[in-house]
Amino acid sequence: MKDKLYAVLHDSRVSGVMLIALILGAWQLSAMYTIQSPTWPPVTRIFEAWFENVADGTLPNHIVATFWRQMLGYGLAVVLGIGFGLAMGYFRVLYNLFEPLVEVLRPIPGPAYLPVLVLFVGIGHEMKVVLILLASFFPVLLNTYSGVRSIDRIQFDTARTLGLTTLQTFRELVLPAASPQILTGMRISLAISLILAILGEMIVSNDGLGYFTLLAQRTFKVPEMYAGIFTLALFGYVLNRIFLLAEARLIRWHHESSGRH
Amino acid sequence: MLLAHTVAWLRVAVPDKSDIKSDPPRRIRQSAAAHVLNQPLPSASPSKRSEFLVVEALEKRFSSHGRAAFTDISFSVEKGEFVALIGPSGCGKSTLLHIMAGLSQPTAGMIKVKDEPIRAPRDDMMFVFQQYTKSIFPWKTVLENVLLGVKYRSTAPRAALEKMCREHLEMVGLGRYPDYYPYQLSGGMQQRVAIARALARRPNILLMDEPFSALDAMMRVELQDLLLQLWRDLGLTILFVTHDLDEALYLAQRVIMLSASPGRIADAVEVPLAYPRRQIETRSDPIYLDLRKRLYRTMEAEVMAGRSEAP
Repeated sequence: MKDKLYAVLHDSRVSGVMLIALILGAWQLSAMYTIQSPTWPPVTRIFEAWFENVADGTLPNHIVATFWRQMLGYGLAVVLGIGFGLAMGYFRVLYNLFEPLVEVLRPIPGPAYLPVLVLFVGIGHEMKVVLILLASFFPVLLNTYSGVRSIDRIQFDTARTLGLTTLQTFRELVLPAASPQILTGMRISLAISLILAILGEMIVSNDGLGYFTLLAQRTFKVPEMYAGIFTLALFGYVLNRIFLLAEARLIRWHHESSGRH
Repeated sequence: MLLAHTVAWLRVAVPDKSDIKSDPPRRIRQSAAAHVLNQPLPSASPSKRSEFLVVEALEKRFSSHGRAAFTDISFSVEKGEFVALIGPSGCGKSTLLHIMAGLSQPTAGMIKVKDEPIRAPRDDMMFVFQQYTKSIFPWKTVLENVLLGVKYRSTAPRAALEKMCREHLEMVGLGRYPDYYPYQLSGGMQQRVAIARALARRPNILLMDEPFSALDAMMRVELQDLLLQLWRDLGLTILFVTHDLDEALYLAQRVIMLSASPGRIADAVEVPLAYPRRQIETRSDPIYLDLRKRLYRTMEAEVMAGRSEAP
């Protein structure tokens, strides 16, 4: 019996799921019997608000708005980051030229670009897209060029003895060899892009999950506010899951080859 | 078994050779092999050789510290010859092979193939690296790895190229593994993939840089015999770098020994042992043992000299 319990705790994450249920249960009971404040609504009340807002299409619209904005900025960041990163990693001259600049710009926290962007791009949709783009560009860029730079010399020599042109070398060697690190950068950026999307929406916007959550708080719709946060948790979780699934498919060779050693 | 495959391959592959662009005329080497095998080997006077690959007063210095890896190395290799280069570590034998492959430039002297100096990798020359885990691309299947060498240099339809690559996998004993990934194969099988990839290009010259030194003893023996078989069947010229004296003597017709840094030619011996060589009989042949003793003493002296010179 004791061994069996240990096996379950050791081999599955049932305990983790139960902990979440337990926390929600404790929240429910505390809201019903001890804290009883408008700022601490019972979980059931939050889910009610959530269902209402899903049913009347409010939340789905905001999810789509956030998703579209995030993917636009993130997608551009990925394309540019991989493009520049491959070039910087492969061509020494470009690396020496741009690396110091990247090192100076990289530590600037994403939100710090916001005031400047408001001046140059205004407060519309474009501003938020550019904000997301700027903040999620650097992790992809950095990981791409360091991935390319860590490709073994022997692999380049192999490409040369096989007579591959530069373009063929990029396609057959550089991109696949750097892909595990590129994907690491992309995963970091995915999280950053959601943060910046929500931030942008909270500051100036009229749609999106950030806007929905902040507006609910300002209009004292506390259950809606929590519902917005719950939605964000779910949204981020699903995005990450999809990303991990895609990653596992793309670089299975990497996990398998490194798992051996 | 393997021989049967190989013969079948030759029958199938030779009429198809127009598939491959820039395909060098393929000699079926019955005659060449017979020539090599039945004649006593020519004595070490270079002028009498039909010089195919010539190394002339080659020197390599490393710009960073100005020290020479080797200086004044000259030798030549006949078409169809199997030559082993050995020497203590740091004598520059791998560097020499890289220069031969066109991957690196000498600081003086030159290497010529058929009187053309080598400046870049040549189409008719393939390289097999020691580190098969790197030179075989882990994100490609076995077949894709072999295809990589030919798919950009041929206008033949993909299916014909695949067929040709499968035949080369068959030759190295991997006929059943085209769709495996390298991580699913043993080290010996991975190095076989590298050999198949090199051969699929139908090279005249095969440069091998300690190709078997990362393998365990049994696999090394197996691959040595496979390589000799391929050399005889395909009429290749092979330059084989190794630090293993026994491997050099077992495989090669001629062994060139380099001295410790800076490398020079310390000794060169013909190995007048008949092919096919056999792991046990050849290695216990008195000629083999004599040569081994001679080279071992030279090697030992070189290693000692290298140590006493070291700072």
